[in-house]
Amino acid sequence: MPKTLFEKVWERHVVFEEPDGPALLYVDLHLVHEVTSAQAFEGLRLAGRDVRRPDLTVATMDHNVPTLPGPITDPMAKAQLDALRANTAEFGVRLHATGSGHEGIVHVIGPELGLTQPGKTIVCGDSHTSTHGAFGALAFGIGTSEVEHVLATQTLYQQRPRTMRLELAGQLPPGLTAKDMILGAIGRVGVDGGVGYVVEYAGDAVRALSMEQRMTICNMSIEWGARAGMIAPDDTTFAYLEGREHAPAGRDWEQAVEDWRTLPSDPDAAYDTVAVIDVGELAPQVTWGTNPGMVVPVTGSVPDPASLDDPDARLAAERALAYMDLRPGQRIEDIRVDRVFIGSCTNSRIEDLRAAAAVVAGRRVDPGVTALVVPGSAQIRRQAEDEGLDRVFLDAGFEWRLAGCSMCLGMNPDILSPGERCASTSNRNFEGRQGRGGRTHLVSPQMAAAAALHGRFVDVRTLDREPVPA
Amino acid sequence: MKPLRSVTGRVAVLDRPDVDTDQIIPKQFLKRIERTGYGQFLFNDWRFDDDGAERPGFELNRPEFRGASILLTGRNFGCGSSREHAAWALQDHGFDVVVAPSFGDIFRTNAGKNGMLAIVLPERDVERLMENVDLDRGSEMTVDLERQVIVGPDGGEIAFAFDAATRHRILNGLDEIALTLEHEDAITAYEASHGLA
Repeated sequence: MPKTLFEKVWERHVVFEEPDGPALLYVDLHLVHEVTSAQAFEGLRLAGRDVRRPDLTVATMDHNVPTLPGPITDPMAKAQLDALRANTAEFGVRLHATGSGHEGIVHVIGPELGLTQPGKTIVCGDSHTSTHGAFGALAFGIGTSEVEHVLATQTLYQQRPRTMRLELAGQLPPGLTAKDMILGAIGRVGVDGGVGYVVEYAGDAVRALSMEQRMTICNMSIEWGARAGMIAPDDTTFAYLEGREHAPAGRDWEQAVEDWRTLPSDPDAAYDTVAVIDVGELAPQVTWGTNPGMVVPVTGSVPDPASLDDPDARLAAERALAYMDLRPGQRIEDIRVDRVFIGSCTNSRIEDLRAAAAVVAGRRVDPGVTALVVPGSAQIRRQAEDEGLDRVFLDAGFEWRLAGCSMCLGMNPDILSPGERCASTSNRNFEGRQGRGGRTHLVSPQMAAAAALHGRFVDVRTLDREPVPA
Repeated sequence: MKPLRSVTGRVAVLDRPDVDTDQIIPKQFLKRIERTGYGQFLFNDWRFDDDGAERPGFELNRPEFRGASILLTGRNFGCGSSREHAAWALQDHGFDVVVAPSFGDIFRTNAGKNGMLAIVLPERDVERLMENVDLDRGSEMTVDLERQVIVGPDGGEIAFAFDAATRHRILNGLDEIALTLEHEDAITAYEASHGLA
């Protein structure tokens, strides 16, 4: 019987499955960070349990860490980081601590260390674990009780989800990125369109993407409610992985690739739902509201809530406009920004930084804008410096920071002040996400860079025709 | 986890779609390393203004909703972040039950792990329950997990579906890890047969 990529990975990991009940799935890789693990380790201690497979568990520090050099000053953040250090030492779990040279955002370092591989089951106490699905892994976020369950048993109960194939068809126009594809898709299907599904992203537009861009797509699966997002592994995947620290080597590598080539969905495999979105007509996307589905092309304007038929959606749009301090009909290109953030597990990889730097090179940040670039990991930071990208950003007036989650969620000193407006390459524009009262507009790295230069949103495709700011 | 069979209590209504976990428990409260004490921070940025005074316009600040143990709300409740602190905060504040047309997957799982009932009803049933809540004097409802029925403010009964394994665990207050460890042989056998021993 033909099978989907998801079904193949799922079936390989079932320890047992009750009829009509949940399956107990084996977990190949458990990623851990400071914010959602302390209570889980404490639970183990109280029950006198061990970590079953410390060798399949990897921890890093990312959410709380300051991105400026120097000691951590927030006592609560420090206590949480200290707890992770003590817990990983006590239970024998590898920790990529701040300053180790391997630290970074958990969803950036997993792939970069070669820990993330096709066919694996990967979990982490973080909703953006869906990122790792870009390699053909089944990867999803879990809560702290589940973190404790995985630590103790290396397994997790899961109800079998429904399957969806989302075909991203056509050819992505120049100047657009995976971020525009996924924002455009979420705008179309809505923020709850994927609830209950594992989504496989397929189609020519997906095949053409680099691994960095595929990670951006899968990263935002959770933003439309999907349990996980997956992309079939191919030569692009293998080329990215080969030679990485934890990737198989030599004869093992050849065997692994041979196995991974069997993972893509069979031609006649059936899905519960199939959808197609043509990306050939997309324009760069900018969110205007307080969830990622509230999005329009940069060439468009803020929608009028009165034009919405659904009363819930109308009310939500009215609230969003009040929070965002925007008017119906306002042109997106007339919206000014105070801050620009280039970073996060969505868009902080080397290719994102190169793309932003290409827009910035030889230009200056608008005097009214404070702009940050926060590489996703210490390794990416070093690589970018080797390529001279740090100079491009610094010369233009950007700040060049240390790796971490930074302003994506403002659990560290990088936050917006009330009322400040930010063009951000992160994944969520929820109220207060980047700081209480802060206003977030989600965009691609290129669009964020362009907004930094002009102090407002501009269409990156026509940047050369924009008047050069003084 | 303490067993829970049935809840009778006051109802609160938060008629908004897509309430994300960043609103349920804002990030500034995620730095604690305890599991308890989050109720005071529930919906912090919606409940309180910058000076810490209650915002009268926020639904859950209505006097009729004080002390509620059942929350009726809109579709896709608990979307976004995986933070289990959202479930901990609702429960610590006094909510044993949340009823909505749909939930964020991770939130729904987190609720179940903590013995809080996240119940899905068709949108029209949720709307009808909301309409039956007396906004001037407050209303009570019963949610019976054993019979899998909700007794609305008007006395009408609505049946609900609930995952059988989670129901069994909550009814009996069972520790899921202990249950899984009863299958340790199967886990060890899996590891042996998959080159993971």
